[in-house]
Amino acid sequence: MAGRVLDLDTPAWPDTYGEEARPRVGFFTDTSVCIGCKACEVACKEWNKVPSDNQGFSGESYDNSGELGANRWRHVAFIEQKLPVGVEDGAPDDLVAEAARQNLVEQGLDPHRDEDGFRWLMSSDVCKHCTEAGCLDACPTGSLFRTEFGTVVVQEDICNGCGYCVVSCPFGVLDQREGDGRVWKCTLCYDRLQGDMEPACAQACPTDSIQFGELDELRERAAERVEVLHERGRDEARLYGEDPEDGVGGFGAFFLLLDEPETYRLPPDPVVPTRFAGSVWKAAGAAAVTMVVGIAVGFLGRRD
Amino acid sequence: MSDENDNELRGDVTKSVAGEGTYVHGGAGEPQPPADQGTRSGVGRRRKGGPEEMMVPREKPTTYYGRPIVKPPVWKPEIPFYFFFGGLAGASAVLAATATFARRPALARRAWAGAFVGVTVSPLLLVKDLGKPSRFLNMLRVFKITSPMNVGAWILLANGGATTLAAGLNLLDEDRRGGAPEVLAAALGAPLATYTAALVTHSAIPAWSEARTEMPFVFAASATASAAGAAILTVPADEAEPARRLGIAAAIAEEAITALMHRRLGPLAESYEKGAAGRFQKVARACTIAGALAFAAGDDAFHPPHRRSSLGRLSRSKDELRRAKLRNRLSMAGGTLLLAGSVCKRWSVFKAGFQSAEDPTQVIQTQRADRPRSV
Amino acid sequence: MGTSFGRGGATTFQQDLQNSDCIVIMGSNMAECHPVGFQWVIEARERGAKVIHVDPRFTRTSALADLHVPIRAGSDIAFLGGVVNYILENGREFREYVQAYTNARTIVSDDFRDTEDLDGLFSGLDPESGEYERESWQYKGMEEAASAGERDMGEAEGEQAHGAHGGELEHGEPPHEDPTLQDPRCVFQLLKKHYRRYTPEMVERICGVPKETFLEVAEALCENSGRERTSAFAYAVGWTQHTVGVQYIRTAAIVQLLLGNIGRPGGGILALRGHASIQGSTDIPTLFNILPGYLPMPHAHEETGLDLYVRRNAPPTGFWGNTKSYMVSLLKAWWGEAAQFENDFCFDCLPRIDEDHSHYRTVADMQDNKLEGYFVMGENPAVGSSNSKLQRLALAKLKWLVVRDFSEIETATFWKDGPEIETGELKTEEIGTEVFLMPAASHTEKDGSFTNTQRLLQWHHKAVEPEGDCRSELWFMYHLGRLVRQKLAGSTAERDRPILDLTWDYPTVGPTEEPDAEAVLAEIGGFDAEKEPLADYLPLKDDGSTTCGCWIYAGCYKGGTNQPAKRKPAGEQDWVAAEWAWAWPMNRRILYNRASADPDGKPWSERKKYVWWDAGEEEWTGADVPDFTPDKAPDYVPDEGATAQQALRGDEPFIMQGDGRAWLYAPNGIVDGPFPTHYEPRESPFPNPLYGQRSNPVRDEYIRPENPINPTDGEVGADAYPFVVTSYRLTEHHTAGGMSRTLPFLAELQPEFFCEVSPELARERGLEHGGWATIVTARAAIEARVMVTERIKPLRVDGRTMHQVGLPYHWGDKGISTGDSANDLFAFVLDPNVHIQEVKAASCDIQPGRRPRGPERPKFVAEHLRRAREGA
Repeated sequence: MAGRVLDLDTPAWPDTYGEEARPRVGFFTDTSVCIGCKACEVACKEWNKVPSDNQGFSGESYDNSGELGANRWRHVAFIEQKLPVGVEDGAPDDLVAEAARQNLVEQGLDPHRDEDGFRWLMSSDVCKHCTEAGCLDACPTGSLFRTEFGTVVVQEDICNGCGYCVVSCPFGVLDQREGDGRVWKCTLCYDRLQGDMEPACAQACPTDSIQFGELDELRERAAERVEVLHERGRDEARLYGEDPEDGVGGFGAFFLLLDEPETYRLPPDPVVPTRFAGSVWKAAGAAAVTMVVGIAVGFLGRRD
Repeated sequence: MSDENDNELRGDVTKSVAGEGTYVHGGAGEPQPPADQGTRSGVGRRRKGGPEEMMVPREKPTTYYGRPIVKPPVWKPEIPFYFFFGGLAGASAVLAATATFARRPALARRAWAGAFVGVTVSPLLLVKDLGKPSRFLNMLRVFKITSPMNVGAWILLANGGATTLAAGLNLLDEDRRGGAPEVLAAALGAPLATYTAALVTHSAIPAWSEARTEMPFVFAASATASAAGAAILTVPADEAEPARRLGIAAAIAEEAITALMHRRLGPLAESYEKGAAGRFQKVARACTIAGALAFAAGDDAFHPPHRRSSLGRLSRSKDELRRAKLRNRLSMAGGTLLLAGSVCKRWSVFKAGFQSAEDPTQVIQTQRADRPRSV
Repeated sequence: MGTSFGRGGATTFQQDLQNSDCIVIMGSNMAECHPVGFQWVIEARERGAKVIHVDPRFTRTSALADLHVPIRAGSDIAFLGGVVNYILENGREFREYVQAYTNARTIVSDDFRDTEDLDGLFSGLDPESGEYERESWQYKGMEEAASAGERDMGEAEGEQAHGAHGGELEHGEPPHEDPTLQDPRCVFQLLKKHYRRYTPEMVERICGVPKETFLEVAEALCENSGRERTSAFAYAVGWTQHTVGVQYIRTAAIVQLLLGNIGRPGGGILALRGHASIQGSTDIPTLFNILPGYLPMPHAHEETGLDLYVRRNAPPTGFWGNTKSYMVSLLKAWWGEAAQFENDFCFDCLPRIDEDHSHYRTVADMQDNKLEGYFVMGENPAVGSSNSKLQRLALAKLKWLVVRDFSEIETATFWKDGPEIETGELKTEEIGTEVFLMPAASHTEKDGSFTNTQRLLQWHHKAVEPEGDCRSELWFMYHLGRLVRQKLAGSTAERDRPILDLTWDYPTVGPTEEPDAEAVLAEIGGFDAEKEPLADYLPLKDDGSTTCGCWIYAGCYKGGTNQPAKRKPAGEQDWVAAEWAWAWPMNRRILYNRASADPDGKPWSERKKYVWWDAGEEEWTGADVPDFTPDKAPDYVPDEGATAQQALRGDEPFIMQGDGRAWLYAPNGIVDGPFPTHYEPRESPFPNPLYGQRSNPVRDEYIRPENPINPTDGEVGADAYPFVVTSYRLTEHHTAGGMSRTLPFLAELQPEFFCEVSPELARERGLEHGGWATIVTARAAIEARVMVTERIKPLRVDGRTMHQVGLPYHWGDKGISTGDSANDLFAFVLDPNVHIQEVKAASCDIQPGRRPRGPERPKFVAEHLRRAREGA
């Protein structure tokens, strides 16, 4: 992985910035060292003056804030799981079943992944700042734009609250703010970046689970990290969103996960709607023509 | 303590997983199926083996407490009505233009009026959804082909202009033969009726996005039906005949394409067939089919088999009057039903988007399934 | 800690955890309560260390650990005792270390009887006072000497205890010892005998920890200790908040000494403190029984005086041999010119202890109308203290109450809308307490220092002026004192001298006349005869020529610069980061680091080298400030009649101890036994399989109507309180919630009070996930939302299933996020050494649904107890 050509370019960066373009930055969130302290959630709200959003006791483990939205730009997920004993967590089901059948446990494979295979996953979610951003493509006003850092930001003075970005985000990141009508999301602390400061969440993270930096470097670091974990037998570790070949051309904020993405409320294989624009417009066009022809045909024939 | 507990203490997994998963991971109050979070479960007590400790297979797909992955739309009820009026305006414009060129002034004038009404109401609905007029203007800061919403705004604007002009000219000049304004209004009318389909299919919501090939045709058909329906209501019967035929054809087309679309969507079609969307869909179908039948019946009533008898004249004219009455009633009913059907159709599609977004498994199934990353 | 090693502070620092080969976190939820320091645990794990979390619950710490060991709350001594037994039975101890650096070889008095002999009691229990007379515990031949100072030591011990209790040791040599450790009366053999029955099977029976799991932990510790490897322990209030809290820590100390893990990199015992400056509040104490630097508070004796005090409290050997210099320098700092040789340096101006005046005693006295006024600063006893109902009732008996906090906390509002108002047990119009609520400035609004968990003084500068009437504690105390002195000015009454003679002259700055915090720091740091700031405590004199506000802090204003304010970035210095702030004593980061070298002064191993003897330079050198006389050679042998540190040999690293050695066996300094012994928590649904004596015989228990005790195992009605309840904290909130429940961004993250139960218990009691449960003890009934989770596991204890109920204790009725207070449930039963309440293990009952309202609530509690006692 390391050393391969890193495809960083987005449709609007760096070209449109020319001289002013800055290195593309992002987050690498390594959930294998997340301790679920939620410092990122609080730091984000403090710095960005995001309104509080008290949803009461959820019973969803220690997660009482639900998901990302207009009033939550960082969100920590908590997942309580039972996992097979003595078998690597990421192993496919059939292998797990096989292992169970053969009692690999007996044969000295680590029987102590948290006594009987119980584990508690924690992961801090955030806007992905996609290379091909559905929200940005869909925005009819140009309020959403690509910054000189390659990040995706909403200009609140231009957003007209049409809500089209809301349904265009494959991750359900953006949402409309009650009583305001406009959409709000993570800016990757655009203002701090302009002051050469790292985003509030990354700075607050005590275990470096949230790492901020130049995207190409983060991708290399992540590749090394996942290799290290695999060497330690933690085959369940996998990168999510680091691949420029994926459906959104790679995330600006990507993750190291310990289970399938959907476990964390992340789409397993997101594709930006724009990728289908061609067929969408073709169909719309064809339908329009068909309609005209059809109506014309309706006028043919006998006249009394 | 009971033996049951003893077993669990020693980690009898088949029990502990099935049961406990529902506690921990259910939303407050209502326990959820073990599917949620209940990933691969343990192989049983440590260092102990035995056939009784087979795997409880992972239940797929796993979700995060059943929470949606994509956000449901934030659109208000104005939007489905906007879809309807946009369609009405667009199809009416085409119908009107064709009528003008086909020298059916009565039909043309009524259709232009319909188009004008539609294209006037539409922006009002949009503005109401956005909150204030200035917000609509923000859409016109740029032209973005990647944003159906933006393209649509421009289409609406242009078509609005053309339609208004054409409508005006046609109202002023009874025997106008048609020209550039009519062509333009029609050319922009058709996309006005179908772009709203692109608007919803160009999204991350599975039931919408995956319907991208059929949806515009559904919208086109539904729009045509509504235009025909609107025309019938206002046009003298003998002038309305093409509209009647169009109404029937559109209705048939709409039902056919819809059926096709649902078949191709497979499990995703659920979003259109269940819940509120399902109810709207049923009503839409009922209205559309009933409307078409009414038209057909009316049509049939208008063209009786000709009996040439020397004594037939008097009776024929009486007969004709009775039939004319019936025909008119059927036309009115049919027109109304088609309009109602068209409104419900849009509501069905609208609601389906919410239902699809709220079900995370649709996102997961769609993305887990083998499919191209672009088309 | 003080008793075992000589100083009442963490022996190491959090950054050093990265060097550990095995970290055992026990009695602590480090990831949740010390998230920032936890990064070093993760770092260690990344470097291949095994991280073990022993805790009743699977917490965010367990989630990152290699192994989580669920244990019954209140059984840790049995677990650790099992480890001691495992080490000794299998000969896994670090022999050279144990022989050279501990008191293993020392022979104990023939009169001493162990719990093995007396079925759970040590010799010397006085049935009258319910306290131990400790003569029989002494080293052979020293029985008399030790008893002399004993009365003063009675109170000033436990976690805060210093090592000034070695007794009269001539030249640091105990009179009788057996270097071969074979003598049946030597500490080593007694230790072996004491823990012989703490077998893996016994551990499984008492703790509910499967034998194999226990053995894995014990083996991991042994494997990762010795010359080449080191293991560390981290604990917090999960160990201290028990009737045997101090003994928990003592047991860990014994384990670490046997394995040779004290004073070495990657080793040690890390005491994780509960608040930003809780360590500081014992160094410069807010406690009634010690003075700054752990000098004991003098007691009210017939005849008193400085020399007598010193004789009673300090051994002539070890650094406590300089006790008089420390005390005189303190007196000079406080009374300045007034303190002269002639008047014993104002020694008589110090208050005297007549009896226990700890927090709970004080509240009990309040309830008995023995107190008129009460200052509450930075604390919220109406929520944060045991039996908080009794706390609130007692507050209502006061004439006046001063509360200083950021917001209107429960302690300041008990009189108008506290729970007892709702139940009708208190009526506002009948409460005579006059409450003064004083707005406090936050740490960003004032200069000052925190002394954190690792004895590190860190300075914080004022960022903004406090709003409105908000003022710092320093401002409040200084001006309060100033006003009192104003009122007394001109008085000739002898009793007013102590106040009028005080040096109360700090410069003030700014419009609010804020005292200059650095001036206070300078006074604490101390000055020599030339009024030059001290570099360390070595120059302190007993002739009144030096002044020092806290001898262990001497040097914190070295060279006239604010040492705690040093902030050299990590990148610009080595991992010890000696130039980041300042640690007491003498900026040492690992204490007793002389022990990181062998008796000859060579590192035990290259891998674990830290401080060693440089024969060429003839001095101790290494990564840290040597915790030893810098030029004392390893082969140094004291002359006849040498005193203080000179009396310690060159191979005795525990320089605070009279004998220069760490104490496996504590003849003094601790009131409930020289060896830690497993006693059941006061309220426990289980018997003590080891001894006839169930729980700590000398525990501090308040027998009074407002403090009824649950029937426990063996008594009628024990089964009415069948479950174990334990309290704890969440990352999202701060202690009693005054600093977090009022903040929207924090409140929304843990918006409601909840209890954590296992799916099995939920099934057994019909508790619904997300619903409500009522938890009841003999004292109170509270309600909480139910969190059913597999993170809580039922355990197999003493042959039956044991369920535990977990309760975060942050909630009260004020703020954005409100709820019942978990501490209402717990009793006034305390550790006898440090008077810390037992809130980490008690018994309770839990029922589905919400608790009764109004007057029905106390009725419900009383009814539950009555039916229990009648065995109904």
